[in-house]
Amino acid sequence: MQTELFINGRVHRLDADARVTLLDALRHHLGLTGTKKGCDHGQCGACTVLVDGRRVNACLTLACMCDGAEITTIEGLGEPGALSPLQSAFIAHDGFQCGYCTPGQICSATAMMDEIAAGWPSHATEDLNAPVRPSPEEIRERMSGNLCRCACYPNIVDAIMEVQG
Amino acid sequence: MTRHRKIDHPDNDNRLDSMAQGVLGKPVDRLEGPLKVSGLATYASEARPSGMAHGVLVRATITKGRVVGIDRQAALALPGVMTVITDPRMVRYPAQGMAGKGPKAGPDVVDYHGQPIALVVAEGFEQARHAAKALRITYEEEPAPTDPDTVTPEVPDAKQKAQGDLDAAIRDAAFSVDCTYTTPTLMAVAMEPHAAIAEWDGDRVTVRAALQMLASDRKQLADALGVGPEQVRLLAPYVGGGFGSKLGIAPEAVAAAIAAKELGVPVSVALTRMQEFDITHRRSESRQRVLLAAGADGVLTGIGHEALVSNLPDSPFSEPVTQATPFTYQAAHRRIAHRIARVHRSCAGSVRAPGEAIGVTVFEAALDELAEAAGIDPVELRLRNIPDREPGTGRPYSVNRLGDCLREGAHRFGWNQRRAPKERLEGEWFIGMGMAAAVRVNMLIESRARVTLTEDGAKVETDMTDIGTGTYTILRQIAAEMLGLPVDLVEVHLGDTDFPPAAGSGGSFGAASSGTSVYLACEDIRARIAERMGCTDAELRLQDGRASFRNDTRELRELLAGEVLVAEGHVEPGDAEKQARQATWGAHFAEVAVSRHTGEVRVRRMLGVFACGRILNEKTARSQCLGGMTFGIGMALTEGVEHDPRTGHIVNRDLAGYHLPSHADVPEQDVVFLPDRDGFAGPMQAKGIGELGICGAGGAVLNAIYNACGVRVRDLPATPDKVMP
Repeated sequence: MQTELFINGRVHRLDADARVTLLDALRHHLGLTGTKKGCDHGQCGACTVLVDGRRVNACLTLACMCDGAEITTIEGLGEPGALSPLQSAFIAHDGFQCGYCTPGQICSATAMMDEIAAGWPSHATEDLNAPVRPSPEEIRERMSGNLCRCACYPNIVDAIMEVQG
Repeated sequence: MTRHRKIDHPDNDNRLDSMAQGVLGKPVDRLEGPLKVSGLATYASEARPSGMAHGVLVRATITKGRVVGIDRQAALALPGVMTVITDPRMVRYPAQGMAGKGPKAGPDVVDYHGQPIALVVAEGFEQARHAAKALRITYEEEPAPTDPDTVTPEVPDAKQKAQGDLDAAIRDAAFSVDCTYTTPTLMAVAMEPHAAIAEWDGDRVTVRAALQMLASDRKQLADALGVGPEQVRLLAPYVGGGFGSKLGIAPEAVAAAIAAKELGVPVSVALTRMQEFDITHRRSESRQRVLLAAGADGVLTGIGHEALVSNLPDSPFSEPVTQATPFTYQAAHRRIAHRIARVHRSCAGSVRAPGEAIGVTVFEAALDELAEAAGIDPVELRLRNIPDREPGTGRPYSVNRLGDCLREGAHRFGWNQRRAPKERLEGEWFIGMGMAAAVRVNMLIESRARVTLTEDGAKVETDMTDIGTGTYTILRQIAAEMLGLPVDLVEVHLGDTDFPPAAGSGGSFGAASSGTSVYLACEDIRARIAERMGCTDAELRLQDGRASFRNDTRELRELLAGEVLVAEGHVEPGDAEKQARQATWGAHFAEVAVSRHTGEVRVRRMLGVFACGRILNEKTARSQCLGGMTFGIGMALTEGVEHDPRTGHIVNRDLAGYHLPSHADVPEQDVVFLPDRDGFAGPMQAKGIGELGICGAGGAVLNAIYNACGVRVRDLPATPDKVMP
């Protein structure tokens, strides 16, 4: 099946089985293995990427559903020597250990910061009529779709707060 | 040049503290950090050798019996399908850590529900996944026990210990406790599922794999395949977490290698998350009875700890639940019992801190019950029972910092603000505090590393792994400290069996073992530099790429004059580990809120105070402890496998059914390291840290729940239905 994907600012033409998920398209077909497969069921968040600016689980998205979409993966956020502020903050705060959930955490947090800026409320939001303010509670709530078994959670929250705050 | 050291005596020279570079112990950022945050660190399943095929394992849907027929026609007729493999060398479950040979082979015999019995290989992953469902398998089924409570357990003599008369001690005690706790099957759940990509070149196979201990894994894989270890090369430069689940080789690596040989193309096999639950080692469920007798002063007179765990009939491993009990507290009358139920659930093996993770947790909960019965503060009760020497053997402790950790933790946490159960209510929430001791045995394992010093800097090479533990960074810091180099001038290369064989990552021994091998290699290079400077090693000062002796300072570049200095370090455990009881120590404190309406438990804050010898990197060591403490939250509140009572099969075999702590479950956590040195651990005086954080952490949470709402949960995890006050 022919699909045209705009990934990290480049056009990729994919000719693949209709069953190929966006995650496997990235990992198996396009050589973008920064996006991780932790569960393939939308339960861990390791495969989080941005599709048209919003965070999605790439494992629950078929590649052919993304025809024409703009996709940003961890490779598109920054690279060694030119890291995004959030990527740098993850290093400074030790927001990872094994590193396997890390691309998903960072992609998720990148979109989450936009969601807060856009005023989207969450379960942790105290006042729905006031502007949403980033806080550790908001971040913990909004990042709960991204599991980290090494459990660097407090460090991840610190990293996001540094950039968001 | 090889510098070999067997640790036969405690080493209190404290050489590292007199080094000049000043980088060891510092919170240096992870060496591989930039690669991990940008997605460029490559894990097991991320190579794409040309022509690679994809294999998917097929699992048994019976508990015990034989596969008598596999109809492959429908599968083979599907597009892209290349082969269906049922090779007798395929293994049924993973090897135990450090095993010298491969695990049990023969996929036609089924030992547990979910066992791999075949591999379907296709050109595309989707094709293989679909074809795996098209096999028609017929079995000859045998009845098999799956419930540990329904079989007569084995009682191995060597694992029973008794001293004095515990029953009399209980009878005569001013206060006593006799309680039984149960813990469910727990899983490691590393975020990276097991995966392997195998590629043959003639009679040599290279396998990119998700493994923790390459030196022994290589032997296991060679044995399983029927080839020599020199024909196997393993690569694991980055491993997405282990927690014990990747200690030994597992079915996917063997199957990938067999398929790659048969087809003549590279083959990738990755476990799905559900297969990860089915196939990889589980931490055995346990039933633990704890008996405690104490005088009116709270001093223990009797300690009993009896454990029932399970495993498959022939497995050599059984969760050493009571491992720390004999040496943590003193009592004249003691009984340790260990029973093993032989059942057909999946294979049990090491998961982070096998033994203490659940044993200390339960024992510390029972001690809380005794403190309550005796009306003595739980911290004080423990302080009154810390032995001077190891009970039973009379050996000294290498170091025993339990008391220091308890006192420091109580002070920092504000333990004196703790009130009686149900006395602190904030809205719908009862608030309570709990604590527990942390203790874990300390081990050293044989390890080798090569260090190369050139004009441009140093390079460390060893087949050690970094599974998130910070190995890259601490080995860099050790070499930088010893050789007087800025950390940026030290490269570290890990995870390749072409490098000298290391201890591997497991049992909290990785950092001290592999670190000491690097230390020794650097010691050898220092001696050669000292010779050129006309001084002894002790007189030599190496800093920022310069060597100094008295008023003579020379650039390393000048001293080397183009020469390359190479040394291998080789450490082995020796008599020192017999002369003293070595352990790491700590204390956990937790504050929880319990909803009086729903029984929901929220952990509000946690503190861990730890003493584990020299800390090699403050930042990565802290993260290791955070991870352990959070495993404790999961163990206490949410984690537990449900086995189907008919088949033993793991029912909640995904992350929606097996609940790991998420961001929202983990509060503010504080970690404090006490300054500590343990010469019995070797010249670095450093001990393990990866597991101590989990040992007892769940006990602190359980005890806090009791302190909050007066409910004692003895059947883990403490889900709302059990907590409902």
